[in-house]
Amino acid sequence: MVVSAIQNGTVIDHVPAKQLFKVIQILGLDHIDNQITFGTNLESKKLGRKAIIKISNKFFKDDDINRIALVAPDAKLNIIRDYEVVEKKVVEVPDTILGIAKCMNPKCITNFEHVTTRFRVVSKKNVALKCYYCEKITDQENLQII
Amino acid sequence: MKNRSLVSIDDFSKREIVKILDLAEEFEKQPIRKLLEGKVIATLFFEPSTRTRLSFESAINRLGGKIVGFSDSSSSSVTKGETLHDTIKMVSSYSDLIVIRHPVEGSARFASEVASVPVINAGDGANQHPTQTMLDLYSIRKTQGTLDNLNIFMVGDLKYGRTVHSLMMAMSRWNATFNFISPEELKMPDEFKLYLDNIGLKYYEHSDFSDIITKADIIYMTRVQKERFSDPIEYEKVKNVYVLKNDMLKNTKPNMRILHPLPRVNEIHTDVDSNPKAYYFEQALNGVFTRQAILCTLLGIK
Repeated sequence: MVVSAIQNGTVIDHVPAKQLFKVIQILGLDHIDNQITFGTNLESKKLGRKAIIKISNKFFKDDDINRIALVAPDAKLNIIRDYEVVEKKVVEVPDTILGIAKCMNPKCITNFEHVTTRFRVVSKKNVALKCYYCEKITDQENLQII
Repeated sequence: MKNRSLVSIDDFSKREIVKILDLAEEFEKQPIRKLLEGKVIATLFFEPSTRTRLSFESAINRLGGKIVGFSDSSSSSVTKGETLHDTIKMVSSYSDLIVIRHPVEGSARFASEVASVPVINAGDGANQHPTQTMLDLYSIRKTQGTLDNLNIFMVGDLKYGRTVHSLMMAMSRWNATFNFISPEELKMPDEFKLYLDNIGLKYYEHSDFSDIITKADIIYMTRVQKERFSDPIEYEKVKNVYVLKNDMLKNTKPNMRILHPLPRVNEIHTDVDSNPKAYYFEQALNGVFTRQAILCTLLGIK
């Protein structure tokens, strides 16, 4: 598949194909006016099927981009200026997660009332999130993105 | 500590906890002091808990404060569908401090974010009940003269019992050694054992009472509830194994005391009650002094 190169902007590569729309949602790409091209179900040795997103004239702060680490821990970013890759970045699971994830405890207040979820990341490798409210752990297996 | 909330015992440092225990000691010497005169305390009990509510109300009354609130959510606007957020917003403007008991976990933390006044968590589902932990700590310090280096035995439901979890976490700050006695189905969860491993504290697990209790400084009893068992036969097998009787206390240490968050069912035989090592009723009274100390501390009065 040929996707035209961008002059300036960010390329997010190595997104697991099935997480593409989650990444789009988390980064709010469905609400911006920039030109975006994405491809999905591309072959990848590492991920099986991957997706790639190219966003023109958009540069992310580390804090913002790290929010996708929960769904796309292997994502790699290329920062493009004047058709050249000027910087490469990897994502890193942040210490706290705001919004994004759902607490797996059905008795947690965040599943009863309109409360933005908040977690402390207690393990980054096998992601484990401790809910700031009910103090229960949500592990990778039970992780649901809101 | 003025204007802080008490939601989880971990919110307070070791030093802050000791300060509250010291203040509770003063209230034990002189319980009636009009320090809350002119203050209005809201007690919002979204689920009934007679013991905790009466203890708080007794503490507030002894301090000369006034109480507004409800003891059961059926008599509040919750039945009309009001959110916790709105209830707390409204009550914050009517009171100087909010005491909340709510069946939903994390509700007290959420309330403390919404409220413009300090919030005390009087139990949020299976999560936290920090004033219980504070009175447990007070009872331990009072009976042992110290919190340092004690041998703590916890008996019964160690899986679901929030009081044992909070007390264990709190006592781990004072270099305690733990012995856990429970049926297989109700063992101390791994996350807590992992925590003890990580900080290098010793703990031992047993499936029944044995001579080992002669080493105990504190025996903390809890109820083994039938509804916790997936298999009723398992319950029948263990229901009489975790019962403390007077003749078992023969060779225990003279300083040893038996604590229980109450209510008890049959896990402490009534023949223990007259033993001077039984401390659970005094423990409940200590709850009033510690709650007096917590109220005054959070309001910045003492």
